Amino acid sequence: MTIRIEQPAGSGGGAAATPEHDPHLKAEAFSVFYGDNEAVKSVSLAVPRGVATAIIGPSGCGKSTLLRAINRLNDLIPGCRTRGRLLLEGVDVYDARTDVVALRSRVGMVFQKPNPFPKSIFDNVAYGPRLQGLRDRGELTRRVEESLQRAALWNEVKDRLHSNALGLSGGQQQRLCLARALAVEPEVLLMDEPTSALDPSATTRIEDLVGQLKGRYTIVIVTHNMQQAARVSDWTAFLYEGVLVEFGKTIDLFTHPRNKRTEDYITGRFG
Amino acid sequence: MRAATRRLLDRAFTAVSLLAVAALAAALLLLLGPIVTRGAGAFVFRGTVEHRRLLREQFGRGDPQAVARDVAAAAAARRPVYELLARFQAELDAADAATRRKYRAPLRELQEALHTLFGAPPAEGQALLLRNRYGATRWDQAQAALRGVLYTEEWDYSDPTRLGAKRLAPRAEQFRGTTLEPLFSLLEREARAMLRPRWTCYARFLTDRSLDAHFFGGIGPEALGTLYLAVGAMLFAVPFGLIAAIYLAEFAGEGRLVGLLRMCISTLAGVPSIVFGLFGLAFFIHTLRVSSSKSVLAGALTLAVMILPTVIRAAEEALRAVPPTYKEAALSLGASRWHTVLSVVLPAALPGVLTGIVISLGRAAGETAPIIFTAAVSMGPALKPWETLSQPTPALSWNIYNLTTEHEAVERIRHVQFGMIFTLVALVLLLNAAALWLRARVSRKLRG
Repeated sequence: MTIRIEQPAGSGGGAAATPEHDPHLKAEAFSVFYGDNEAVKSVSLAVPRGVATAIIGPSGCGKSTLLRAINRLNDLIPGCRTRGRLLLEGVDVYDARTDVVALRSRVGMVFQKPNPFPKSIFDNVAYGPRLQGLRDRGELTRRVEESLQRAALWNEVKDRLHSNALGLSGGQQQRLCLARALAVEPEVLLMDEPTSALDPSATTRIEDLVGQLKGRYTIVIVTHNMQQAARVSDWTAFLYEGVLVEFGKTIDLFTHPRNKRTEDYITGRFG
Repeated sequence: MRAATRRLLDRAFTAVSLLAVAALAAALLLLLGPIVTRGAGAFVFRGTVEHRRLLREQFGRGDPQAVARDVAAAAAARRPVYELLARFQAELDAADAATRRKYRAPLRELQEALHTLFGAPPAEGQALLLRNRYGATRWDQAQAALRGVLYTEEWDYSDPTRLGAKRLAPRAEQFRGTTLEPLFSLLEREARAMLRPRWTCYARFLTDRSLDAHFFGGIGPEALGTLYLAVGAMLFAVPFGLIAAIYLAEFAGEGRLVGLLRMCISTLAGVPSIVFGLFGLAFFIHTLRVSSSKSVLAGALTLAVMILPTVIRAAEEALRAVPPTYKEAALSLGASRWHTVLSVVLPAALPGVLTGIVISLGRAAGETAPIIFTAAVSMGPALKPWETLSQPTPALSWNIYNLTTEHEAVERIRHVQFGMIFTLVALVLLLNAAALWLRARVSRKLRG
């Protein structure tokens, strides 16, 4: 099986950035444990600024765990702990002095299944800004419109901002979730298999959006769809049983994998 | 298993289920039928002129002139009765001692029976007790009273192998050949003119105070007392229950102490309600001294403790049923845990929480045992809201028991008992219906 590599034209930083100089996110021998089970094993990688980085790997390889460690959403799970360091702009996310709430407003997230709140479309997008203390109606409206436009949803919902978000289609809901995350004005955007519950055309729209949004945001996207990783990302990390097997530019990783297991996986021999 | 057997078993299962549902429905109808028909009788009945006179004189309701005409017409119809009585009395005074002795007891009995039917005779002054002042206010009662006038009860002991049998004998026999003999046929003929029954809708039965220990009037203080107690219990149980449920569902985790706490709550739900009543008396009145004696406040607190486990459990279940993705989304947007619960989880859980609250509200309204020791009295005025802090109140649940067992004229106030039961059942059903409606509304809003 061969994989075509299509780099979206006019994408942001693209291959210009190298992870070694000025990484946005950096893991240093970072491990995540669920009780005694080490789900992510001593991973070290540097996520470059302003590009899309994909994390691929078979189910249960720890890619979602790694992603959710970045905004500390794993804190919710009892018995979950970490070792090593995970640096955002050089500051350890797991430092005792880290304000988790502030961290999460810098690191947005889009989830596997669309999960809009059972509120109006407007209230969904305004949720984050309101949390930050934005009360001014005009400013709020402006922020909501801007976010919805960035998520390419504005034209479809501008006439029904105050109807319930759950009345939207799955693809629209997912773009709404994206808009909701963008409204917080994060610097990093985490996407946890954002298209796995969507149909092909909705998937294409989300992928296009990733292409448009990188550059402005640093995007980390988890996917089990290798074509998707190849289409949308500039860098790719291959995780297998919690171990980072290979990390490199997407084009290199998919055309000249250095590791045998990476090659086996991307050619579909397992996974 | 063969397909035919399987199908047979399926059918049998369906049949059994349907049968069970049908049996339940039948039982419910059997229970609700009399409650509704007889309970409605407290509100809609054929009221006599006495009823209208009572409403006019005691509650100041009704057109004064119309009532006066009504009363005058009835009095005119009754005049021959009293004239006959007066003539007989005069004859008796002139008669010899033996005749006087013979008729003394029968005459007194007759006069008492007439008193029940018509109220105080015109010659007498105002009676002190209202029950002696007014006659039968309801036509069904009037008919029973009329039977009491026309017939005497006799016991037939002629067959020694059996218990004595009750037999009705015409009272006219006792007065055969006297001036009073035509009285009985006159009463039988003219009873309607003397009492003027008319279909009446006495809706204010629900709000009127009772007169003379429920002989007349309505159940206002009882209904209001029940409302105070139920709503008061909610005021305490809902906030505490919600906070406890949020703690258990969102913050507690699975430690041993939390396990113990859960077990305590489950146990609490199974404690007999009379024990809660005793607890309320001992704790709220004797230890905390929330009031010097029984009060609505103490009763509401006791009821609150009783329904707390139900509220906690229902709310906890509802909170747990909220998809964790909502919580994750809120947290990932930078919400604190408390804000996540308040802004996302709680609104999404609202339908379930509401259901739990209203079911508990129905239970609080209907419970008797907890309020016997802490809040309920048999007789009392309707309370003002601020008086609930220190005053006890009559309440439907307690007074249903009290009026059916301890009242001096249980038979005469059957309509009050059934009216109370009907009101209580209607109240609880109404609350449940409101819960269903509210729940449907909220879920529709959540679903979009």
